[in-house]
Amino acid sequence: MALDSKTPKGPIADKWTNYKNKIDLVNPANKRNIDVIVVGTGLAGGSAAATLAELGYNVKAFCFQDSPRRAHSIAAQGGINAAKNYQGDGDSTYRLFYDTVKGGDYRSREANVYRLAEVSANIIDQCVAQGVPFAREYGGLLDNRSFGGVLVSRTFYAAGQTGQQLLLGAYSAMNRQIGRGKIKMYNRHEMLDVVKVDGKARGIITRNLITGEIERHSAHAVVLGTGGYGNVFFLSTNAMGSNVTAGWKAHKRGAYFANPCYTQIHPTCIPVSGDHQSKLTLMSESLRNDGRIWVPKNIKDVEAIRNKTLKPTQIAEGDRDYYLERRYPAFGNLVPRDVASRAAKERCDAGYGVNATGEAVYLDFASAITRYGKEQATIKGLDLNDAALIKKLGQEVVKNKYGNLFQMYEKIVDENPYETPMMIYPAVHYTMGGVWVDYNLMTTVPGLYCIGEANFSDHGANRLGASALMQGLADGYFVLPYTIGDYLSDDIRTGPISTDSKEFEEAEKEVREKIEFFINNEGSHSVDYFHKKLGKIMWNKVGMSRNVKGLTEAIQEIKALRDQFWKEVKVPGSSDELNEELAKAGRVADFLELGELFAKDALNREESCGGHFREDSVELDGEQKGEALRNDKDFAYVAAWEYKGEPSEAVLHKEELEFNDIELKQRSYK
Amino acid sequence: MNLTLKIWRQKNANDKGKMVDYKISDVSPDMSFLEMLDVLNEQLINEGDEPVAFDHDCREGICGMCSLYINGEAHGPDRGVTTCQLHMRMFKDGDTIFIEPFRAKAFPVIKDLVVDRGAFDRIQHAGGFISVNTSGNTIDANAIPVEKADADKAFEAATCIGCGACVASCKNSSAMLFVGAKVSQFALLPQGKVEATDRVLNMVKQMDEEGFGNCTNTGACEVECPKGISLENIARMNREYLTASLKG
Repeated sequence: MALDSKTPKGPIADKWTNYKNKIDLVNPANKRNIDVIVVGTGLAGGSAAATLAELGYNVKAFCFQDSPRRAHSIAAQGGINAAKNYQGDGDSTYRLFYDTVKGGDYRSREANVYRLAEVSANIIDQCVAQGVPFAREYGGLLDNRSFGGVLVSRTFYAAGQTGQQLLLGAYSAMNRQIGRGKIKMYNRHEMLDVVKVDGKARGIITRNLITGEIERHSAHAVVLGTGGYGNVFFLSTNAMGSNVTAGWKAHKRGAYFANPCYTQIHPTCIPVSGDHQSKLTLMSESLRNDGRIWVPKNIKDVEAIRNKTLKPTQIAEGDRDYYLERRYPAFGNLVPRDVASRAAKERCDAGYGVNATGEAVYLDFASAITRYGKEQATIKGLDLNDAALIKKLGQEVVKNKYGNLFQMYEKIVDENPYETPMMIYPAVHYTMGGVWVDYNLMTTVPGLYCIGEANFSDHGANRLGASALMQGLADGYFVLPYTIGDYLSDDIRTGPISTDSKEFEEAEKEVREKIEFFINNEGSHSVDYFHKKLGKIMWNKVGMSRNVKGLTEAIQEIKALRDQFWKEVKVPGSSDELNEELAKAGRVADFLELGELFAKDALNREESCGGHFREDSVELDGEQKGEALRNDKDFAYVAAWEYKGEPSEAVLHKEELEFNDIELKQRSYK
Repeated sequence: MNLTLKIWRQKNANDKGKMVDYKISDVSPDMSFLEMLDVLNEQLINEGDEPVAFDHDCREGICGMCSLYINGEAHGPDRGVTTCQLHMRMFKDGDTIFIEPFRAKAFPVIKDLVVDRGAFDRIQHAGGFISVNTSGNTIDANAIPVEKADADKAFEAATCIGCGACVASCKNSSAMLFVGAKVSQFALLPQGKVEATDRVLNMVKQMDEEGFGNCTNTGACEVECPKGISLENIARMNREYLTASLKG
């Protein structure tokens, strides 16, 4: 099948408006006869479900958690971008578009990104109308802050809990529709397959996680808003339940999977403390507005710190290496995430890591505390030379900005970050890759849509901070509700979709057989045993720095591990009860396939771009020496993989990326 | 550390349930409480036993899914944290730890330590929203200035994670702090005032129908709330309710 992005013709700034003017609509009376399934209730799924119901469709929404409010969007901390230009600092739709394409290292589809930038301002209006309590200035208007990779302040926020507030906004919009009977909500239900009838997505098979019941659900279209697959690494900042199953089942039913190797390793996470670790915790990028990242200049200081004979606060200013400020003077501590992560790894690999494992750098707030303290003392007319007072005043300001993050850090690490610098290290956070979608957000399966982090579309090879929330809500509130109407306008005479067809029967049978296999397999190792092993292979060989040898080995090792899993996995309990091990087994089975395709994609892409860094593709000379080297001639395409059985047999389809409105350039943050 | 765990085991909603003793050794003080339970479960699976079911997801204190009652306190002995943020450094070698589900008539046990908090969702369906069309045709965000003090208080109320610790801690199993937080968030914002009357009446009605108890102002909910939601929100809801009742 040829990959057609279905991008509308015309100048980029007019595409979305012209498109909306020309698509087919479904009249309100007919919408009542059309059913839509939405899987996942995060920012993308939740906002889509609410808006589709608002428009008049009958929506069935599904989540595996006990309430839609618990979807992992809730954990997003820092903020949401919007080209409002409230600060008058030169922001515009074009600039947000430009920053996002550049930040994504020129590997995203221009038209999608422009549309995202275009609707971004509307998101803020919408959320404020819903009662989302964004941070405000004393004049009562909205406050902004700055995030990595940009030179303006366009990020709206609610302390360090922006994702929570936006998700609760979407949840409240859903609640209104649930109350009106327009959304039927299925909590604690996991989607285990997509059902296709006559080539179109017409339903899903789910398992009720409490009773174990296998259910058939039909609809005229199916929307997946099921999040990212960072947990293929076992350790990530994702929630424990985050998984790839919905997207992977869609892939197996014909949806191409795009750019699986594009992973975001976030620079500021709390370092790993031991083998018992179950997940990693992010410290928001917003901290880089005020925190300065450094390691000691001298190896003897590093050793003294590790031996605990020296405290970081005792190291003189001149003996510190603020390596981001040194290497990237223009952006300093606010370089994009991929750049900051690699720089941390470079210092730690060189032996300058500041904790026992050698994998940590400092994020230091001392200068911000002093700066804010002096500002407050000036405003209040207090003594600028009273160091203790300045510190106290400064700490109060920092507490107002980032209090919950500092508290989180202290609870986990048992150190007070107001007094001593935080220790941080990169960790897997977000996946830019995902199910391939066209401009309509439809996958290669007609009637099957994919939105939010689960699709591949807007962030190219690297996502800028505060853009995930923007994309999730843009897709769900403003894009999908239009594009899906164009498709459903052909379905006004179809009538209800029966679940008694052989397609539903066969899909259900396959799901049941797999469950029975897990329960009856007399294996010797728990699901986590395999998941942790997979995570180690992924982190060591398909992580922040990749090479041909490691990737080739990873492919072999993952395949071997998958074979072992199907022989030796042990799942206790039965299938007709709440059984978390059983749910995990299904998810890890899919990760074991995705992991191999992921490595295969990374091996295929013989260039460095964004979060994908190939050791054999770096700048050799000049000012950019050692920086990632892109290859636009051979790799300016989206790699969309078609399922053919084993991941090794997946077939590559290329969507060539065209850049008409932005010039392809070396991405420099120096 | 070596610990004795006394854990509530209950096969399903109809089972009577009982406390069961487990021994666990080599617990690191850097482990989170749930990581300690992960280790126990791995041990149980390897010994051919059924692992202990408990709710959890984000493991960073924000999703509100985890819900354990540890040594007689919702989310355990530390303050301002959820169970997933509780670390084993709060305990000593040789300790015996009691682990139970959140208990309330409105939160029936599903299995072991997992309870059904659907009642919270149903209260939100009754009025926990502002009725705006979500397709985006609304006024500019800065056309609605909000006094910073009110915006900050609305935010503080809105940080409720819906975990149910307030209900589990209350001797009456009252949900007033949970409902008060949502009513307050909207009552403090100009956008929320339009529907204020219906909202508070409908949410309180649903709360009563779900079988939550009354508030007798002991303040236990505020003490155990991992997000520090203030009792002020209950007072504000009472005022809103009185005003709405007089209008109605």
